[in-house]
Amino acid sequence: MTSSQDQGNEFYALTVNGMRHQVQDAWVGESLLYVLRERLGLPGTKGACEQGECGSCTVVMDGEAVCACLVMAATAVDADIVTVEGLSTDGEPTDVQRSFVDAGGVQCGFCTPGLIVAVHALLERNSSPSELEIREAISGNICRCTGYGRIFEAVRQARDTRQQGAQ
Amino acid sequence: MTVVNATSIDEVVDALRRLPQARLLQGGTDVMVEINLNRAGAGDVIALRQVSELRRWYVDEESRTLHLGAGVPYAELERSPLCNLLPALAEAARTVGSPQIRAAGSLGGNLGTCSPAGDGLPVLSAYDAMVHLRNADGSRQMSIHDFMVGVKRNASAADELITGISMQLTRGFQGYAKVGTRNAMVISVASACLVHDSERGSIRVAFGAVAPTIVRARNAEAWLAENVELVGAIDVSGRLAREFGERAATECTPIDDHRSTAAYRRHAVSVLAERLLLRAATPNTTGNRAS
Ligand SMILES: Cc1cc2nc3c(=O)[nH]c(=O)nc-3n(C[C@H](O)[C@H](O)[C@H](O)COP(=O)(O)OP(=O)(O)OC[C@H]3O[C@@H](n4cnc5c(N)ncnc54)[C@H](O)[C@@H]3O)c2cc1C
Ligand code: FES
Ligand code: FES
Repeated sequence: MTSSQDQGNEFYALTVNGMRHQVQDAWVGESLLYVLRERLGLPGTKGACEQGECGSCTVVMDGEAVCACLVMAATAVDADIVTVEGLSTDGEPTDVQRSFVDAGGVQCGFCTPGLIVAVHALLERNSSPSELEIREAISGNICRCTGYGRIFEAVRQARDTRQQGAQ
Repeated sequence: MTVVNATSIDEVVDALRRLPQARLLQGGTDVMVEINLNRAGAGDVIALRQVSELRRWYVDEESRTLHLGAGVPYAELERSPLCNLLPALAEAARTVGSPQIRAAGSLGGNLGTCSPAGDGLPVLSAYDAMVHLRNADGSRQMSIHDFMVGVKRNASAADELITGISMQLTRGFQGYAKVGTRNAMVISVASACLVHDSERGSIRVAFGAVAPTIVRARNAEAWLAENVELVGAIDVSGRLAREFGERAATECTPIDDHRSTAAYRRHAVSVLAERLLLRAATPNTTGNRAS
């Protein structure tokens, strides 16, 4: 499809976790969050506020963490999208996922996928984030359960383990 | 509903001529909130995310003018090299929403929405920025002061695209300060931008969220220019800075709403203006000298 073509309600394609997915019979105003969950069978990305406030729908688009609820899916046809399902390459939990479990950063788990994606995006950009940089990086992700202490601890653990691995 | 994924400015203005009722979509951080709330009412959309021309910026060295594409995201404004050219704009960008919002949101969208609390707008006002507009018939530019006409109202026509903003760079202190109920993810209760042009000898101050649109405190600016030598480093007493803040606050027309009261807002901008002026007068305020 040429990217400048007008799109009616027919279909378009998205690249998610390295795979092309056809989206068919969708209403073109649908958010990426809705399309991922309801049309592509990728329910790992959570939705709560649908207004950019909670971060539970965080995905990586062209290298940047964004709110999937604020992306119009039909406009993301050229983008490289990574969801929480696409972070692991071998089917095992990633280092960040393991550190969240080890540090007790997961309670009900609703906020967890968004946080895991945001922390992966942080560590890709900055391998040794300071305390302030960690706080800043996850300031768009709300957690109702943990009080954040164990989440910060999980991020520190993931950072330190990666640094040890790199030495 | 139709979505046009444009890839160039020409395609955008051409689509705008065909679909004059269409909405432009850059980062979507204002538009999608509305569409999610009201699924039916989206209408036609012209998406700008693939228009790379809108993401560019450059400095015209001869006139020391910075041209900033309307689609440059906040995330880029807050990082080097742009944060060194426009420290106040970087400070304002850092206060917007969250990292996710700043990766998507843009000044073009802030201008399009034209909220009195838009954090980019006081900086553009203090800079006397020019807004560049284009439609299928041609282009024009307009002062930011003429562009912002009221609460969520701007002077662009339905078939016009904001292509970018231009600002004459200055040397000297500049800063942005915002009051809200917490640090992240908060719409401003009151905000202020102060720019000291130490070469041409002026101090410009603009306020957000204290009137239907951004306010320039021109009387206070003129009073300051009469009382202080503004070329080069400036020397300001605490008493004078306080009077400057108080005078500037009288030029605002704040309201009571769910976020704050008019009285608090007036007090807040007076303190913000006083504080920014004192910072401007402190030699070696780190990080805030435009280079
Ligand atoms: C959770 C959250 C927090 C927020 N916090 C803040 C905050 O702290 N401070 C703040 O100022 N704002 C905030 N916002 C609002 C929003 O992020 C900003 O207004 C942002 O600048 C909008 O940019 P955008 O590119 O996403 O615009 P879009 O949503 O894409 O567009 C906004 C409007 O501008 C028009 N438009 C976009 N580009 C152009 C163009 N090139 N030419 C003509 N019209 C155009 C659109 O048609 C639309 O009317 C927040 C939003 C959310 C969801
Ligand atoms: S659902 Fe997207 S930020 Fe809350
Ligand atoms: S663990 Fe329940 S919201 Fe964070």
